[in-house]
This record gives sequence, C-alpha cells and structure tokens, in this order.
Amino acid sequence: MSILNIIKKLFGRGETEPVQSSKPIQPEPAQTSKVASKKVESEKTVNNTESVKPEHNSSASASKSTEHQKTHHAIIGAGPCGVIAAETLRKANPTAEITLIGDEAEPPYSRMAIPYLLINNIGEEGTYLRQPTHYQEQNINYLSQPVTSINPDKSELSLADGSTLSYEKLLIAAGSYPVSPPIDGIDLPNVHSCWTLKDARQIASLAKEESNVVLMGAGFIGCIILEALVKRGVNLSVIEMEDRMVPRMLDEKAGGLLKKWCIEKGVNVLTSTKITAIEESGQAMVIETDNGESLSADLVISATGVRANTAFLQGSGIEVDHGIVVNNKLQTNIANIYAAGDVAQGKDFSTGDYEVQAIQPTATDHGRIAALNMAGQSVEHHGSVNMNVLDTLGLISHSFGLWMGVEGGDSVEIYNPDAYKYMNLRFGVGDEEDVLVGVSTLGVTQHIGVIRGLIESKIHLKEWKERLMQDPTRIMEAYLSSTQELDNVI
Amino acid sequence: MSWTRKVLRVNLTEGTCTPEPLNMEWAHDYLGQRGLATKYLVEETDPKVDPLSPGNKMIMATGPLTGTMASTGGRYSVITKGPLTGAIACSNSGGFIGNEFKNAGWDMIIFEGKSPKPVYLYIENDLTELRPADHLWGKSAWEADEMLHKDHQDPNLKIAVVGRPAEAGCLFAAIVNDLHRAAGRSGVGTVMASKNLKAVAVRGTLGIAAPENPDAFFEAVADGKEVLAENAVTGEGLPTYGTQVLMNVINSVGGLPAHNMRDVGFDKAENISGEAMHEPRASDGKPNLTTNGACFGCTIACGRISTIDKTHFSIKDQADKPQYQGASGGLEYEAAWSLGADTGVDDLDALTYVNFLCNEDAIDPITLGCTIAAAMELFEDGKITLEDTGGIDLRFGNAKALVEVIELTISGEGFGADIGQGSKRLCEKYGDPDLSMSVKGLEFPAYDPRGIQGIGLNYATSNRGACHVRGYTIASEVLGIPVKTDQNDAEGKPELVKAFQDATALVDSAGICLFTTFAWGMDNIAPQIDAACEGDWSVDKCLEAGERIWNMERMYNNAAGFTSDDDTLPKRLLKEAVKSGPTKGNVSRLGEMLPKYYEIRGWSDKGIPSSETISRLGL
Amino acid sequence: MQKSLHLDPAKCTGCLQCEMACSYEKLGEFNPSRSLIKVFTFHEEGRFSPYTCTQCDEAWCMRTCPVDAITMDLTTGAMVVSENKCVGCKVCTIACPFGTINYVQETGKVAKCDLCGGDPECAKACPTEAIVFIDSNATGYDRMKAFAEKSLPSANAS
Repeated sequence: MSILNIIKKLFGRGETEPVQSSKPIQPEPAQTSKVASKKVESEKTVNNTESVKPEHNSSASASKSTEHQKTHHAIIGAGPCGVIAAETLRKANPTAEITLIGDEAEPPYSRMAIPYLLINNIGEEGTYLRQPTHYQEQNINYLSQPVTSINPDKSELSLADGSTLSYEKLLIAAGSYPVSPPIDGIDLPNVHSCWTLKDARQIASLAKEESNVVLMGAGFIGCIILEALVKRGVNLSVIEMEDRMVPRMLDEKAGGLLKKWCIEKGVNVLTSTKITAIEESGQAMVIETDNGESLSADLVISATGVRANTAFLQGSGIEVDHGIVVNNKLQTNIANIYAAGDVAQGKDFSTGDYEVQAIQPTATDHGRIAALNMAGQSVEHHGSVNMNVLDTLGLISHSFGLWMGVEGGDSVEIYNPDAYKYMNLRFGVGDEEDVLVGVSTLGVTQHIGVIRGLIESKIHLKEWKERLMQDPTRIMEAYLSSTQELDNVI
Repeated sequence: MSWTRKVLRVNLTEGTCTPEPLNMEWAHDYLGQRGLATKYLVEETDPKVDPLSPGNKMIMATGPLTGTMASTGGRYSVITKGPLTGAIACSNSGGFIGNEFKNAGWDMIIFEGKSPKPVYLYIENDLTELRPADHLWGKSAWEADEMLHKDHQDPNLKIAVVGRPAEAGCLFAAIVNDLHRAAGRSGVGTVMASKNLKAVAVRGTLGIAAPENPDAFFEAVADGKEVLAENAVTGEGLPTYGTQVLMNVINSVGGLPAHNMRDVGFDKAENISGEAMHEPRASDGKPNLTTNGACFGCTIACGRISTIDKTHFSIKDQADKPQYQGASGGLEYEAAWSLGADTGVDDLDALTYVNFLCNEDAIDPITLGCTIAAAMELFEDGKITLEDTGGIDLRFGNAKALVEVIELTISGEGFGADIGQGSKRLCEKYGDPDLSMSVKGLEFPAYDPRGIQGIGLNYATSNRGACHVRGYTIASEVLGIPVKTDQNDAEGKPELVKAFQDATALVDSAGICLFTTFAWGMDNIAPQIDAACEGDWSVDKCLEAGERIWNMERMYNNAAGFTSDDDTLPKRLLKEAVKSGPTKGNVSRLGEMLPKYYEIRGWSDKGIPSSETISRLGL
Repeated sequence: MQKSLHLDPAKCTGCLQCEMACSYEKLGEFNPSRSLIKVFTFHEEGRFSPYTCTQCDEAWCMRTCPVDAITMDLTTGAMVVSENKCVGCKVCTIACPFGTINYVQETGKVAKCDLCGGDPECAKACPTEAIVFIDSNATGYDRMKAFAEKSLPSANAS
C-alpha cells in the first residue's frame, strides 16, 4: 500500500470512528452548581463553546491558552500521571499557576522502582520521578498534604491540615491503594503491603537472609517484587488464590510456565490456595491455608490487588464507578474537574469500554491528554491499550490488548516449555481478521513495542497474517513490511 | 585481539563437546581459518585416512578478521580430507554464520569420530550440545533450516546444514549456511553427513573484543573500504552484475569453455549473463535479478538474489512450493557456467531453478554441472544410453533434461546416483575416463586453460584439484589486476601462479573474502591483520605465512599419496586445440610452466618440497 | 537545523556494517546482537531494512519512564537513556510503538539509539548510503515520521 493510501485510510478512520462504549456514553458535563462563582461560570461557558467546536482546532486552542494565562490548575496525586500532567500544563501554558499535591512525605516517586530499591540497585532518590528541584524550576507548586475532600461548588479542596485550596481546574490523579482480604490476622504488625516507600522500608527491615516470607497474591505486584525478595535471600512462599500466577495477564500455559520457572528458582508456589488465617506464634507467624497446609512466616506481604483511591470524593458529586467516571476528554461529570491514571475509569482501546486499567503507560497518556484538555485544547482520548510487562526472576512476560482473544478470531501460539518461551498472537474478526488485537509472550524481549504499534494502528497485515500464523516470531518483519514503503529496488 | 582463543572439540562418537584453548603458537604461524585449521588437521589425522571414515576430522574455522568491521570479514571455512578428491579440502563460505561462531566465542570447531545416530550441534555462546536430529534426517537443507528455526523460535539462529544428497553419499555435497551460501566444493558436506552430523545451529551474543590496535585498525579498514568502493570491479561491476559480470567478458576473450570443454566459446553466453539477469522478462515485466545482497560485513555486496519466472516450465506446476516462487540466492557466475554453458543450456530460468535446487539440497553446482556435461558428451557419443538415463534425453542444450537429471541426483535415484559420484567416476564407469574434465578428481570452473594459460597451471597444482579460488590468475590475465599479463603467454605464469596461490592462502586464513583481491593487494590486507592481531603481520610475514600454508597442504597431499603425476590436466586441454574464437589454435602449455613452477616453489622435480624449503618456512 | 537518520531499505544490502559500528561505539566490541540499529531481512522479497529509533516527538519512552531516566538531548533532539537512572522496569519497551527501545539482559537496563551525540556511527559505516544523517526537512523525513506517529490514535499533536 502506498503511504498516501495509508494516510487517507487512517485519517478516514479518525474522522468517522464512532465512540463505542458498553456503558452509556458520558453526557457532556452539565452545570452542576447553581451557586457557581462568576469565574466558574465563565469557565463553563468556554467549555460549552468548546464542546460544539470541531475537534483538533489548534488555532482556537492556542488563543484559548493565552486567554487563560492565570488559570489555577490543581492536581491531586503526585505519581507519574500527576507529574506528567503538571509538566504538560506548564508546556502548554508558561504562566498558569499549577499546584501538584502529593500525600506522602517524600518527593514524587515511582512505585515501579520499589523492587529495585529493595535489592539496593538504587537508593530512595533513585525512585524519584524527577529531581526534587524540578518542580520549582518548572514553577510548579508542590504540596505534600492529603486532600480530604473536594467541594466542586466552591471549586475548593480541603487539605488534611485544615486549610483549603481553591482551583479553577482540577485534575484528580489520586491513584490507587492496596486492598487486603478480610483475613484474621491481616492487621498483625509484620503483615505489610508493598506499595509505598514506607512499606518498602519495613519490608527491607524484615526480609532478611533466611527469614521466612509469605507473599499473598501472585498478581502483577506480587510478581514484580518476587525477584527482589529472592535476591534478599529469604525463604519465599507465594500463595495465590487463582489457579495460576498472574491470572489477569497470563493464560494457563504462560502462567503455568511462570510457576514452573519460580519453583525451579527455589520459590515455593501454591496456586488455587487461600490463606484462611494469620496467627502470631512467638516472634513469627503461622499462616493457615484452605488446603490444610500451614507455613511459618517472619513477614507476610499482602499483594492481593489495588483499588481506585476515591474515598475522599464521597459527597463531592463526582461520579464514581470502579474508578472516577470520565468522558473521552478525561473530564468528569463536573466540567472543570478531570480525572486520570489509576483512579480514572478511562477508555480501553481494544474494547471501547471504560474501565480502570491501573498501568503506568495509561497513567502517563491520561495525564498528558487530561492536561491538554485542561489547558484549553481539545484532545480526544482514543483509549489506551491495556498492556503489561513483568520480569519474574529474569523471565520476562508481556500482555497486550485482547490477549485472551476474541470469539471467532484466529490465533497462533508457540509454546516451548523447555526454553521457557511462549507467544500467542490473537487476530480480530470480520474486517479485522488480519488485524492484531492481542498478544501474550513469555521469554521474548526484542522490539516488543511494535506489538503495541500493530494493535493500536489496526494495520491490516494482509499476507503477513498467514506468515505469522506459520511463524509468529516473524512479528518484526510483519510490522516493517506493513508500515514501511518498500518498493522494489531494481 | 581478534582471535577468541577458544576451540570447541566435538567428539561425535562420544557425544561430547569440550572447549580448549587455541594453540596460539600455531596461530602466529598460520593465522586462522584455512591455514590454522589445516595445521590442526595435519597434526591430528593420518593423511591416508578414508575421508568418509570416523578417523577423518572436519573443522569449521573462522579467521581473526571474521566478525570485525574489516570489509567482507564474515568468512568461515570447512577443512577436512575431501571424498571427491582424497586431497585436502578447504571450502570457504560467506553468509552470516562465520560471525555467529565468533560472537559465540569460538575460533573453530573440530568434529571428530562419528555419531551413532543423526545429531545436530547447538551452540548458544558457551552452551554447546549435540542434539538428536532424527527428525531432520532425510530433509533438504532448506527444510531442516526452517525446522531448526521453528524449533528454537529464534530468527537470529544461524545454521549450516547438509541436504539429502550428502546423506545418500553424493560425493560433492556442500554445507549450506544462511540458505544460499555454501562451503561448496570437494564434498565437505559428504564428510559431515558421514559423521551423522546434520547441522550446526549457532547463536552468538558475546561480542568480539576490540582489535589489538584500534586506531590503526579502523584507519586500515577505512582505507581498504575506500579502495573497494573506488575500484571498477568491486565498486561497480560486482555490485551491479555480481560474479556474473564475467560471463560475457570471459566469453569475449576466448576463455569460456562449453560443452564439457569440447569447445571454447559459448554462442549463447549472453542469454545467461549478468546483463541478461537485468532484462525484464515477458511474463511479468520483472527481471530475473531482484537485488544484490551482501554477506556479513561486506561492502562489495556481489550476491545475487533472483526469482524464477512463475510461468517457466520448471516451477509452473509447483505453486505449492513457496521456496521456488519467491526470491532466493543466485545465479553466480561459476554455477551459470557449469550448469549452463558447459551443458549448452541457455535457459536463464532453468538455470536459476537448478541453482535454487543446489542451494536447497546443498550440492556443489560446479561439479554437478560438469558431471552432467560429461554425461551429455558420453550420451551423444553413445556410451550412455536412454536406458542408463532412465529415458532422459541427455543431449547438450536440453534444459528439461538438465532439470530432470538434477532432480534425480538430489534424490540419489537411478542415473542420479551415477551423477552423484562426480565426473571422474562417471567417465570411468562408462568407459571414457578422458572425458572427465577434472584435476585430482575435482571438476573445472569456468575458465579454459587453453584460452588462459596461467589458470591452467593453477588448476594442475592447486591443492584441492581444479579450483579457480586457489590462485585466481584471471585477475591478472584477463582483468589486469594488479597488472595485466597476456593470457596467451606461458612465460612468467609460474611466478604469477605462485604469488596468487600464496596470497590467496593468507586471505583465506584471515576471515575475509577473496573477492577483495580484485582491488586489494597485500599492502591493503596486511595492515588490517597487523592492527587486528597480536604479533607482526607485515606484508612479508603475510606472504611467508601464505607460502607456509600452501606447502603444508602440498605435503599433506603428498603424504596422502598424490605425486607430480597428478599435477596435470585432462588430455583434451593439452592436446585438442581451441577450434574457434580469439584463442583459436591454443592448447594448454602446462608442460612449459610446471618445471619452472616446481623450481620457484623450492620443490624437487617430483613436486616434493626440499628440506631447505621446509626449514625456511618452519614446517 | 536538526538532523535525522534517514533509512532507505531500497539501498540496503544487509551487510550489517552498521550493527558492528553501533555495537563498537557503545560497547567497545563487535556485537551485532547488541546493536541499537537492526537490519531485517525479507528473504522471500529479497529485501533488507535497517531500522532504529526515529527520535519521535511523542517520545512515548520518555513520557512513560517512571524514574526520569530518559531525557532529550537538546543539541541533537535524541532521547537518551541514562544508564545510572534506568532501573530496568521495561515499561518504555512496551510503550514505544516502534519497538526501538529494548531491554538488555546483560546490563539489566534498556538501550536505544542516541544518535551517538550527533555523529551516528551507523551512517558513517554504511557503504551504500542506506543510512544517512541529514537535515530532517531536506528529505521529507519529518513527514514520514509524522505519518508513523499519526498512525497511532494515542499520538496527539499538541
């Protein structure tokens, strides 16, 4: 296909792509306040005007940016999403007032880096999202103060120290928090989540060589810290309720291989097993399971999942489902309030549904797009591809998009248990029968990003689909052939 | 440092893979690849060993420049005693596997003994093991290659593999690597298969350490590349037409043999030339040639990548075989000549197809074409009958017969089994040994010793039989590189041949391609080796090492039972004058050249290196 | 004027001099398996395609990095990985839709093309001008790059 045709096709799709959703489409934000201040009133007028304007009108956006030079943007949450949003706002509007609000003592840091902290590859400063001086340099106010409530009517936040902060536009990027199952003994002092730097410090102090550690949950977070625990020389047991490791990211075969891998590396892995109670036993604890087995532990790490951080929104009128409900501009039901990242129920690229993905690339995409919309541009969020990468004791796994496949869609896999290699490509149906819609892999690392590229660009692979069905390892050739203009040489 | 200093010794009888340090003392005298591996073979095996017995060894060896940025630095060689000739066999190949061996940390791999069952060697850096190959046995080289890639799920795996003819005992089986590069001549593939070794699959990611003297190395390498780029042959002729640039050139100077060397000059040479490969064909308007491709590290890129006309008789009923429908390697000059001019076939698509078959099943197209040419002459003389051929009308020029007989040779069935023994045995069997156009049992390449005198002396004295790439005097005699000598002169040719043979031995030991010598002299090559390697590798030292290698090979052959009587050419070339064309009336004047050659080599009149020569070269 | 690597598959012969040059520059050894530019071979078509990072404006890798280990070199426009800061979390490797930032097992970090600080070794080593380093505008390369990015809905001109 010539470049021109591809471009035509792509632009064609961009113009006509329907906004699909399994839920009712978000209504454009309506006025929710009868006592709105004049400032907010004018804000909404602008927003309403904007909503009827054609999209991608960059000249209009530019003029608006100047109009709102002094807008005060507040951002709740200083994770990757909040920080990217603050930076994007700064870039879009050099003079706006921007306040970034975290709720931990440390400068904004990344939870993704905690495993590397636990094995002393980095110090705590190595987890920081930016140099601590960065925010001042960018003229971003940074507050470390939990937000206790939001009052949309007054466009005002209440902070834990009793003070208030008014905003003109607000981004909620409050992230998620770890949830623990209701088990007897879950509150014991040596049972910890692994979520914050504070948790990390406690785990580091307890996970000593030869100590017995039980990891509750072999999900994404559990697996990502598994290597750190093994490297610290602990005797590690992993207990997972479901029938395989990382059930939300790996199918039976891949999850099974991962389990085999971990067992070979000396980790005691129990799947389809529930912890029924944790009891104190002298200095240590005894963990009871539903299969009758009991284990001794000096430290229990709870990694059974996370949930969107929305408790403080109660009574605010901001609509919350599994996460904060947003439209395709990442705007909540309140016009000047946006939500992004783990806390937001944003659009999934593959399904068109609005759901909480809680992954890093989505958080940063959200942060940027929400910020651009806050800055007065009109940028649509087309949905994020759900994807994960996981390194478990050196075995790297990935999942992208509809990795479980779609009904009626073709799929091809390679499965080589001896080499710990697995790859499963999933194709769409109907018009998209030669479009890649989901992939999962184990033991593959090179050029893995093109899978996102292929899924997200919905490129028709044509004859390459058949070649991939024969040999899925040729994915890079398929990508290049389908995206590059390769005319015959001679 | 350029050598990895590691040798992998694979004992197929025991099923063991054992690393050992490279003998650096030998490396300082024999450099690498051809020279160094031959030294190992000479030291470790009995020259009288049956080439296809477990007592023979087979060595895959890289050179110190293999895997470096020296242009063409990707070569590897297979060294063994050859079954077609009973002489030392050393077959050189490009592609990508040479670098892979080096990057996996191995200068060379020595195979000894014989595996009780089919195996392949898997190498992933330090991980080296023999694995069962029962499922690969009986498969073509291409099929086995594909299966191994699939088994390992690694597109980057590099594979050297033998095909079905090697398993069936065809004496000129090759070892094909990277689908269409081959250690082609002397039957090295037959030796590999005789050891029940189907393939070597290697992945190397360790890296090759910096050269001994990086500044000098990169300067010498950059100079070398510039010389290649600016030279008419390596900068323009070879990239555009490949080795096929020679077809019309050699034909026009009266040096192109045809019809089992009955004739010199092929009137239809144009139809199968490099130029013809560029011509759009009637059926789809596309030319035979798709593009040129390079071997690892090569800045010349002479490789041909071609397609067959989909409407051509050879493949039109084979739509289910995608390997013939797309692009693949070929046609190169020697194959185009042996399969084409020498058999009188001028059908470019048929030649492209049979060349694909040679790659697919790893056989030497030169010996194959020449053997078929001999069979055609025997057929026309009535010594081979339709009954013998199983009904194939094996006349010169019959493209369909060519295709059929090659398909038979690959399967090893019927008359194909006779072809698989090479021309010497075929002509003996059918009662006219003089019709085998070979020296020491190895068939001629595409330059006629009557039309070009020096190459005849090279053929007669070449350590692996009639081989152009042991001393490519064509460079001087036809192309004027480095200086033009008259192709019809016998005078001065012994010196020319010796100089080419010694220089070639060194080039083949360095890890670079002989084709660089269309543009490079030793003063381009030596500085690259010298900067890459420890020790002194001045021009003189390099030439001395080349001469040492040549004499070592000669002494091996002498010990294997060859004598000066074997340094000869078929009667036809010595007696039957060229019938027409620019070299009309010529015969090879080998008799004038040979004594002088022995003399300047420091050999006795029986072709035996004198004790003085032996001690001078430190042998 | 910003310069870009311009890659022309039609001119590539697949010799891999670029891969050797890249690995030598970055590692001081010849190791194509660790090269940051890769040549892909299309056997059936008889084609070779050199491929590396376009230093795209979207810079998905940079944006998604959780520890600020990827920054833009303001003189060359290249996104550069800081070996000191990279923790090896690999999020960038799935975020980059071009697959041009890769995890390196040997180092436990990611690696990508950084244009060699403005004098890319691959371009210097290429014998056929299949890889050249030239003014971005002179080639229409920016348009190609923009196309590549626009093909992804998540890319948004800002």
